[in-house]
Amino acid sequence: MLTLAVLIPLLAAAVLALAPVGAGAARWTATGAPALSLLALIAVWAGGGEGFRAVSEVPWIPTLGIAWRVGVDGMSLALALMSALIFVAASAWPMELHHPRSYYAWMAFLAGVSIGLFVTLDLIIFYVFFDLSLVGMYFLIGRWGHGEAQHAALKFFVYTLAGSLLILIGIIVLALNMPEMTFDMRAIIDSPPLAAAGMVPGLIFLAFVVGFGIKTPVFPVHTWLPPAHVNAPGPASAILAGVLLKMGTYGLIRIPMQMMPETFARWALPLAVVGVISILWGSIVAFAQDNLKRRIAYTSVNHMGYTVLGIAVAGSALGSEAARQMALTGAVVEMIAHGLITGALFLVAGAVWQRAGDYHLPNFGGLAGPAPRLTGAATLAAFASLGLPGLAGFVAELHIFLGTFAVYPWLGAIGLLGILITAALFLRMIRQMFFGDMPKERAGFTDLTGTETALLAGLLALVVLIGIWPAWLLELIDAAALIPALGPGG
Amino acid sequence: MPIGDLAPELTVLLTAVAVLLLAMVLPQRRHGWCAGLAVLGLGLSMALALGQAGAERLTFSGTYALDPGTTWARLAIPGLAILCAGLAPRWLATDRRHGEFYAMLLFSTLGALAMAGAADLMQLVMGVLLSSVTGYVLAAYHRDWEISLEAGMKYFLVGALANAFLVIGVVFVMGIAGSTDYATLSGQIFEDPLALIGLTLVLTGLFFKLGAVPVHTWVPDVAEGAPVPAAAFLTVVPKLAGAVALFRLVHLAPGLAALPLLIALVAAATMTVGNLTAIWQDDLRRLIGWSSVSQTGYALMAVAVVGVAPMALPALLGFMTVYGLANVVAFAVVAELRGRTRIADYRGLLRARPGAVVALTLAFLSLVGIPPLAGFLGKFALFSATLGTGFGWLAVVAVANTVVSLFYYLRVIAPAVFAAPEGPVETLGGLARAVLWISVAILVGATVLWAPFWASLGQGLLP
Repeated sequence: MLTLAVLIPLLAAAVLALAPVGAGAARWTATGAPALSLLALIAVWAGGGEGFRAVSEVPWIPTLGIAWRVGVDGMSLALALMSALIFVAASAWPMELHHPRSYYAWMAFLAGVSIGLFVTLDLIIFYVFFDLSLVGMYFLIGRWGHGEAQHAALKFFVYTLAGSLLILIGIIVLALNMPEMTFDMRAIIDSPPLAAAGMVPGLIFLAFVVGFGIKTPVFPVHTWLPPAHVNAPGPASAILAGVLLKMGTYGLIRIPMQMMPETFARWALPLAVVGVISILWGSIVAFAQDNLKRRIAYTSVNHMGYTVLGIAVAGSALGSEAARQMALTGAVVEMIAHGLITGALFLVAGAVWQRAGDYHLPNFGGLAGPAPRLTGAATLAAFASLGLPGLAGFVAELHIFLGTFAVYPWLGAIGLLGILITAALFLRMIRQMFFGDMPKERAGFTDLTGTETALLAGLLALVVLIGIWPAWLLELIDAAALIPALGPGG
Repeated sequence: MPIGDLAPELTVLLTAVAVLLLAMVLPQRRHGWCAGLAVLGLGLSMALALGQAGAERLTFSGTYALDPGTTWARLAIPGLAILCAGLAPRWLATDRRHGEFYAMLLFSTLGALAMAGAADLMQLVMGVLLSSVTGYVLAAYHRDWEISLEAGMKYFLVGALANAFLVIGVVFVMGIAGSTDYATLSGQIFEDPLALIGLTLVLTGLFFKLGAVPVHTWVPDVAEGAPVPAAAFLTVVPKLAGAVALFRLVHLAPGLAALPLLIALVAAATMTVGNLTAIWQDDLRRLIGWSSVSQTGYALMAVAVVGVAPMALPALLGFMTVYGLANVVAFAVVAELRGRTRIADYRGLLRARPGAVVALTLAFLSLVGIPPLAGFLGKFALFSATLGTGFGWLAVVAVANTVVSLFYYLRVIAPAVFAAPEGPVETLGGLARAVLWISVAILVGATVLWAPFWASLGQGLLP
């Protein structure tokens, strides 16, 4: 079932790359494929189960312990579901494009790769999808972006490839230190290698943190993100922020936290500090941006900072187990919530670009009059992003900070500042864009079309649902099962 | 003498002679037939080699090793040579000496085979010299084009120096150890400083074949100036053979700590020099040449861990083979585009020739090591081999270099894919295009074929 969820979009990509279909058909193929994946994932979800479920395995290079292994636990299933949903929305988003067939082929390709990354249980396959996501996004930004698109795409590719190669080194060392060389995630999680203190585990942990940190991204390795976002087409930005960034934090939980828990606990505090710095840096720098997309992009740094903080707390082996579980639940919910919210915000930004060809905030104003639906969607997404109670962001941040205060109270207190600044910057953005006087050049600005409204409404409805009734999501994630049991003295 | 043991090599030799005779009797416009004959001979040689797979013995009075290393070389070297030969008929169609080209190619292949299987220093010298002498001719085959002549001349000058070192080195080793036979030399000679100097000189000769620092300077010139089929051949086949020969030589002295360190330093220097220089190239063929230098550096990682990492030999053979495939694809694209070589001329090529750009992208991504292309599996094998040993730092150097290499490969790919098309694009078509797509298919298929390759390849070598 999971294999199908990966293969359908990849097949769709191959078909789109080779068969001469029209723009409309291409769009519906690229939308339908992740929709089918979504159905397959929902079927797995409905099947229920504990731990890793829907597991299947096909050997690839048996002598090296590499195989096509798929299976999901609550966290990866939730992330895969969210990814499939974002891809449906991003592919269906109406666009005026040159070479639409290639564009939709890359979209479908990225959908398959992203879902594959979350559902695989083999570290090498994980790495394969991790790298392929870079290739797909590189061509999407470079070919269909605007402004300095090629430069941004190059920076994105080179930066994140550097990170992924560090991850590869880490993966190989982990596998080599197993009793018998294997890349099976379950085996490595069950008997984590490299438990001893020392230089090698520390260095490998550092390689993982830097590698995933680049992708997440955390301060100070986030500088590829703003140009990539600003120059990418709207739906590609939504995917980049909504799905690709989650690969970093997902990897951080799955590999260093679950596979080297002792080392993680030893280095949890520095990691938490990095998270807090990202929270503050992201929000302060976002506040200073006059470019709509740059501003949203920096809030991604801020939100991923919350996630990293939550992960660090969860793996710290300090405080009560309940607190750590709370923090991890928050981190995973934050990933889902940020995916949905920022996905929606970037789609809104894409809609603005299609109508105005401009992201400069002072050039906007008074759009609430001609575009009430756009205003509503943007306002709801912005409120969710700043953590208004009753919306998904609040649930996530509440959990993270409750956990953090039990473990690193001072860091929690500093991190809270970030929420304040984020609130200010979003409120200012909404005021600048939608209220006040409308500049002359914005005359004739049209509201969202029916399709656009429906897609945004779908994403935001989930944001509200998670906000007011999060129990189903928390139950699905089941954070208690994710935190590895530490040996004595860990 | 068990003459049948050398059946694959003898087949190549006899085919070369037959091709030469055929080229004498055929009119120039029919010289393409010589390519057909050469391919048949190489194919037959591969089939014979397959029949002898699994043999583990020394033959011809201990001068020639039949072992997993030789078996793989006997399959990969003629295989890659077939692809290179397939590029030539259209490329050289107007050349007056078209037919003789294939004879040269076959003799050079024979030299490479002899080099890879050599279990005796004399035999090694013979293989290296045969491969080199024919290589000079292949590089300078466009004798009316001064860049090609320059390539041949530079190849010759560096080669003459390196081969002289090689021969002097052999004399030193033989003088101290009293033998040139690997079985006798194995593990017992290298305490003496003079023998050590001799060994270093022999290594220099092999570094030349591999295009490793400090005798790498011929690679970019040959890549740029040689006829494209010859450039593909010379940057791939002698390197593969040289890598196997180098592995055997290092294998002889397991207890010598300085030797792996020397190889590791050369590896680090080679990959770094190749990559940093490749960034500044404006000519695609030179860029491929420098990238090929850096790839040699990666391959040497496996040689540095000979005897320590059990996976070193399969890693080396696998990496060199997929590197060779990717390099042949890259040169096949250049051939298909009639030698289009300025990077600026590749702007917007995706619209005009999507197939060629896709093939070039696949080749370059494989050289970077983007999964699931086979180049990734090659690099993965190298990293796995080195990370378990004291040479883990080599993997880190390789990672840094890989990031740099992505930058210059994208310098070609990005304008080709993103820019608007300019001007008409001529292609070579015919067999060259067919070979391009066959090579791409093999490169892509290599991902799947890797597992059986890995499982079937033995880890050991004869002395």
